[in-house]
Amino acid sequence: MTSQVSSPAEQADEAVVGEQRKPAAGEKDVRRLDRVIIRFAGDSGDGMQLTGDRFTSETASFGNDLSTLPNFPAEIRAPAGTLPGVSSFQLHFADHDILTPGDAPNVLVAMNPAALKANIGDVPRGAEVIVNTDEFTKRAMQKVGYETSPLEDGSLDGFQVHPVPLTTLTVEALKEFDLSRKDAGRSKNMFALGLLSWMYHRPTEGTERFLKTKFAKKPDIAAANIAAFRAGWNFGETTEDFAVSYEVAPAAKAFPTGTYRNISGNLALSYGLIAASRQADLPLYLGSYPITPASDILHELSKHKNFGVRTFQAEDEIAGIGAALGAAFGGSLAVTTTSGPGVALKSETIGLAVSLELPLLIVDIQRGGPSTGLPTKTEQADLLQAMYGRNGEAPVPVVAPRTPADCFDAALEAARIAVTYRTPVFLLSDGYLANGSEPWRIPEVDQLPDLRVQFASGTNHTLDDGTEVFWPFKRDPGTLARPWAIPGTPGLEHRIGGIEKQDGTGNISYDPANHDFMVRTRQAKVDGIDVPDLEVDDADGDAGLLVLGWGSTYGPITAAVRRLRAAGQSVAQAHLRHLNPFPRNLGEVLKRYDKVVIPEMNLGQLATLIRAKYLVDAVSYNQVNGMPFKAEQLATAFKEAIDG
Amino acid sequence: MADTTLAGPTGSETLLKLVPKAEGKQSMKDFKSDQEVRWCPGCGDYAVLAAVQGFMPELGLAKENIVFVSGIGCSSRFPYYMNTYGMHSIHGRAPAIATGLASSRRDLSVWVVTGDGDALSIGGNHLIHALRRNVNLKILLFNNRIYGLTKGQYSPTSEVGKITKSTPMGSLDAPFNPVSLAIGAEASFVARTVDSDRKHLTEVLRQAADHPGTALVEIYQNCNIFNDGAFEVLKDKQQAEEAVIRLEHGAPIRFGTDGSKGVVRDPATGDLKVVAVTAENESQILVHDAHSASPTTAFALSRLADPDTLHHTPIGVFRSTERPVYDTLMADQLDTAIEQHGKGDLAALLAGGDTWTVVG
Repeated sequence: MTSQVSSPAEQADEAVVGEQRKPAAGEKDVRRLDRVIIRFAGDSGDGMQLTGDRFTSETASFGNDLSTLPNFPAEIRAPAGTLPGVSSFQLHFADHDILTPGDAPNVLVAMNPAALKANIGDVPRGAEVIVNTDEFTKRAMQKVGYETSPLEDGSLDGFQVHPVPLTTLTVEALKEFDLSRKDAGRSKNMFALGLLSWMYHRPTEGTERFLKTKFAKKPDIAAANIAAFRAGWNFGETTEDFAVSYEVAPAAKAFPTGTYRNISGNLALSYGLIAASRQADLPLYLGSYPITPASDILHELSKHKNFGVRTFQAEDEIAGIGAALGAAFGGSLAVTTTSGPGVALKSETIGLAVSLELPLLIVDIQRGGPSTGLPTKTEQADLLQAMYGRNGEAPVPVVAPRTPADCFDAALEAARIAVTYRTPVFLLSDGYLANGSEPWRIPEVDQLPDLRVQFASGTNHTLDDGTEVFWPFKRDPGTLARPWAIPGTPGLEHRIGGIEKQDGTGNISYDPANHDFMVRTRQAKVDGIDVPDLEVDDADGDAGLLVLGWGSTYGPITAAVRRLRAAGQSVAQAHLRHLNPFPRNLGEVLKRYDKVVIPEMNLGQLATLIRAKYLVDAVSYNQVNGMPFKAEQLATAFKEAIDG
Repeated sequence: MADTTLAGPTGSETLLKLVPKAEGKQSMKDFKSDQEVRWCPGCGDYAVLAAVQGFMPELGLAKENIVFVSGIGCSSRFPYYMNTYGMHSIHGRAPAIATGLASSRRDLSVWVVTGDGDALSIGGNHLIHALRRNVNLKILLFNNRIYGLTKGQYSPTSEVGKITKSTPMGSLDAPFNPVSLAIGAEASFVARTVDSDRKHLTEVLRQAADHPGTALVEIYQNCNIFNDGAFEVLKDKQQAEEAVIRLEHGAPIRFGTDGSKGVVRDPATGDLKVVAVTAENESQILVHDAHSASPTTAFALSRLADPDTLHHTPIGVFRSTERPVYDTLMADQLDTAIEQHGKGDLAALLAGGDTWTVVG
């Protein structure tokens, strides 16, 4: 949750606060925690993402605040049992407002030796480690370089290890079903989910309902999975190995009143586009080509044709944006969705959209680059591509969401700019926002912004001889936007193209002075976009350090700032939603602070822009390992900046 | 008498019906824009422009509901000269842009103007996918077998060994046959015509306009600057008699002086070949069936011409068959979704299934 409300509880993002409740006779201990970080890890085929999703849904419906980090390989089924094949899902949930998926898990569920080996380094001593002992065969251990069994050689002595034969127990629980051992064993993720659901007092109805719906056509499979899920729960309740269960109370105080749901960034972004279409009263048209991690937006929008949404899966990235641009010419709210490599292919068409001055949303779910890079990992390294990756002077506004739920609002904002100013707009999300999820306060539909536009309907210019004509490039003096005259409007027939055009008439013009004027005018239009001032969170008012961020680093930056403040440090924080144009007050804000640190998941792209534009000696703090920042690492970096 | 009306497919009428009709009578002048036409004097493009402007009044559509979309190249300046809506886009991408426009606006008549370089080289991918999807587009492919705008490099339809600025020792790559390519790409309508034959060009345009789905019209067009006379053999009256095969649906495929030559199927290979017509073989002469569900014979016809001499070049409609139109199917899915789930309710969508409420 991204609420700005401050309370003592949320300051303490680093320590798990526990309180023990005395058990009644015959009952197991129940401990209260204020927050927990769980990581499910297994083979790509073990269903860890599904398990994590289900635990998240249970947690959301229970009312905790939460933040998630799915982490999986690009291969659909990497070789079984290998380190590259490990898929994991980390979930942080709390009784208070939290900002990140958490730095280090309190509980690791390792479904095989590879999962243990790949993840144990992130787990602090003293944490609980649940391992599926069935998979710890000599061969499986050798595959990942364990000479001796980590379950027996003492290397896990510092952890609270729960060795559980998950596969055997699952197969045993499903013996009355007519399933092979192999098929029955597949439900071991549901057994593990049941066990963890017991450990953390999660509601179970949602998961049972989910399984019934998911396997509606295979009732036997649904029943087997539910049986495995319940068996996992009962195992926790009866076995002595699990002596304690935990309660994490709902985060009622952290949330403003309202109705909530859990939502991922790509889902929120999809809903934002549908909402923008409704608010603009324009049909939504998506032209797209499948690419990780953006494809889920194509999948989602294609489900909502009853909202008048047209989705076109094109032959390539270029055709995806081309079709969208064609639809924009025809009066649709046009969108193309992609990731960095796709943006590279779309560049020429983005330039055409700049030249034609038509509204178009370019959604870039950034991933690790260059080239194919790390398709399933996150990065923020497309900022300069979005800003400058075109031939000629081709300014494009850039908007970036900060959290998964914020993708909804950012989509509406990008649409506002596009339709108001008749321009392509970049919406820069990333893999971390796209797949991560958090609770979202469902907005009231009647509170959404009004994005309605006026299509041109008649002549707009009088020639010297008194003739009334339509000039496709005669601009609105306030916004510098040109009229949006869609085909089908009588009397406004006109031709537009990528060749430089004469101011006003839009006719082809190679006149040097006119080109200079048009280049400057297109730039002025983007520079003049009305964006809100940057808000600075400077709690004490005496901070010397400003931390400036953009995009998905919001969570870890804010968590780190809270830690420093909890430790008595003054630090100011500001987070940019608009990267082009920058908020009007940005220069003034930067000059108020002795030091400016800019953390980015790239090698300093925003810092480059800031230094060039404002001549401020901003310091870059960078990480490009495909993973989001950890709060602890940022807190350390900010502390060094304050001290240094 | 041969059936040359070809108005056949029932969907055509209904699709054109979606486009509003002009209120008054139109003339060629109504379709001329105020822009000066800037092709080289003598360019074949002038003839095509005149034919299209002359044909448009016959369609009788509201001109504000007509859109011309082009890519890059000499022919792609075409939209600037039509007093309709138009977009001069970027190299090769016109079919993609037009697909978005046509599939979102079924009340428009959308035309693509492209050239051999634009459509078959840089934009080859978009062309074949537009054809297989059968979007309601009319694609006019001006084929002059040369790059004109960049001043004379060989194109993907140039004959092998073409000496140009970029191939001083002769071009190495085998050319595309646009008609063969289109048929191979599942095109539902494929025709070929010649810039200088206004009557034939107009008739082909008429049939293309009528066709529901993507219509590809290859227009042999003379570039008098960089590839002059490329199609002379098809234009010179005397030579044309032997070189040109005029395809008419339902008519035996005959050509030459007094129809002395004809096309028959070789029983051994199934291929087509040209024979001298005799009393014995007259009944064997292939009768052209543009509506055939199978593209096999249309493809074989497209292979008849000698790529070097252009002898035995069929012109006319090779193939005109009806199959589902992409934009219609897309619109139907939207209607079906509303029938099944009701019109979208944003509040219900945002709320989803699992929610919880926090009270103050």
